[in-house]
Amino acid sequence: MQKILFKNIDVPDARSLDTYKSRGGYAALKKALSLPPEKLISMVEESGLRGRGGAGFPAGIKWKFLPKDRNRTIYLICNADEGEPGTFKDRHIMEFDPHLLIEGMTITAYAIGAHHGFIYIRGEYNWIAKLLMSAIIEAVTEGFVGYNILNSGFSFYIDVFRGAGSYVCGEETALMESIEGKAGRPRLKPPFPATFGLYGESTVIHNVSTLSCVPFIIEKGPEAFSKIGKPRSHGTKLFGISGHVNKPGLYEYPMGTPLRKLIYEAAGGVRGGKRLKAVIPGGLSSPILTADEIDVEMDFDSLLSIGSMLGSGGIIVMDEDTSIPMIAQKTAKFFAHESCGQCTPCREGTNMIKFLIDRIIAGKGGHTDLEQILRLCRYIKGSTICAFGAAAAMPLNAMIKKFRGEFEALVR
Amino acid sequence: MINENTRKTIERFIRKFPCRDSALVPSLSLIQRENGYVSEADMEELAKILRLSEARIFSVASFYTILSLKPIGKYHIQVCSNVVCSLLDGYPLVDYIAKILGIREGETTPDGMFSLASVECLGSCGYAPALQINMEHYENLTYERIEEIVEMLRSGEVWK
Repeated sequence: MQKILFKNIDVPDARSLDTYKSRGGYAALKKALSLPPEKLISMVEESGLRGRGGAGFPAGIKWKFLPKDRNRTIYLICNADEGEPGTFKDRHIMEFDPHLLIEGMTITAYAIGAHHGFIYIRGEYNWIAKLLMSAIIEAVTEGFVGYNILNSGFSFYIDVFRGAGSYVCGEETALMESIEGKAGRPRLKPPFPATFGLYGESTVIHNVSTLSCVPFIIEKGPEAFSKIGKPRSHGTKLFGISGHVNKPGLYEYPMGTPLRKLIYEAAGGVRGGKRLKAVIPGGLSSPILTADEIDVEMDFDSLLSIGSMLGSGGIIVMDEDTSIPMIAQKTAKFFAHESCGQCTPCREGTNMIKFLIDRIIAGKGGHTDLEQILRLCRYIKGSTICAFGAAAAMPLNAMIKKFRGEFEALVR
Repeated sequence: MINENTRKTIERFIRKFPCRDSALVPSLSLIQRENGYVSEADMEELAKILRLSEARIFSVASFYTILSLKPIGKYHIQVCSNVVCSLLDGYPLVDYIAKILGIREGETTPDGMFSLASVECLGSCGYAPALQINMEHYENLTYERIEEIVEMLRSGEVWK
């Protein structure tokens, strides 16, 4: 099976530049620098690469949104904030194959005409930030990053910027606010980052996994990428499987791999031979699936068609003994804690939902409380500046609707 | 207080980024790492160094969860209480550590050695349950491993 993001994962010391180069690393960069930037943009567009962070926006289109004026300052940001519960894919790329990301960033920067890039990494990944910084220094020393890269005349610098603990900073404009030295509160869009991003300049922002796909596309050609996976969901994806499975971990599979296969083949099935109860397929904000729904294929469209989403590909598996109201309580607590407080429906709504679920779990709730939670979910969704509100409302709504009996049993 | 070395690093942050204000979050994180928390005096001083208002500094310092505005223990134990760690019995770990240390969640031991908090997802879902002590991650935890870690910190051994 073709590996794109994990091609070096079993190689000892893959993180060193020498190992990376001996495995064919930075060949894609050399090739890219010999091509005109427009060619690279069309290659990425043809490959059908879509954002791996959750939203699935086509990468090539994002690049094309940039103003054509080449004299403008353009920033490239790598979003390594990875805060979605159930998600732990980017840390692996950065920890075990940092040069893959650095090469992807440098190629992308050349394609879009950026000379300054940031890797915004969550503050909790302290050790990874250090690894990244030394990998960047290695790359600069050998001329893959920095001034006049490989004598091409193109220069590109990368800074590692550490966050300080905030889930909402994974939202692209909140992340930019954070780099600008402000609290991470998302901006109203439009204007979109392509026209008004970091420091008010044109900005392209991608997830770690998205950027790490770029070297493969440039080296092997867009067809090699687009023939993997499914129509409209090309390439492979890192699926992080956690919870009640025998072999939790990170697995690279083509887009469109059935969820059942990931749980039972890759992750070795449910722990202790128990029955499967439910699965959260793409990080905590994706609506929960019941055990009957796991024949779904893991791609953008298939999951949307059953009312969930691919999200970050963080799969959380729950066995028959799991209490869904308890999961809902943790979910509500998380979103109430992480709401940035900017929009009233989200700030008040998430806290009100948390209050109601706590009351239900404590055995003091009534049937009206359940209805009230569902109503709040409806009010929050779509009435906030960023997608956080929907991200909080959708999973709670699905938990109550699909496992209503368990909630009913707790209320009077 | 912001010591001379910290100040020099902050000045390096100012030069490094295209905009002065960008030094704010890294500077606050640095003070947190160096001093264990960000005091009001630190914020006043930082406001002068960065030429920003104290209100701006406070608005940022109070937003991010890694930054603490009150003194905490020398070893700040942050246990993940999110979904996956809870599925794998992460939550009782908080109670267990609380019992070992003789404090409740949110408190600091009288000797100032340990403080305990439950936090949201640390990005360790594949290796749950997990916790973080200051800036170090600990994963695949068991009760025995936790006892070992606490013992190691108590005896003053510097850990990796």
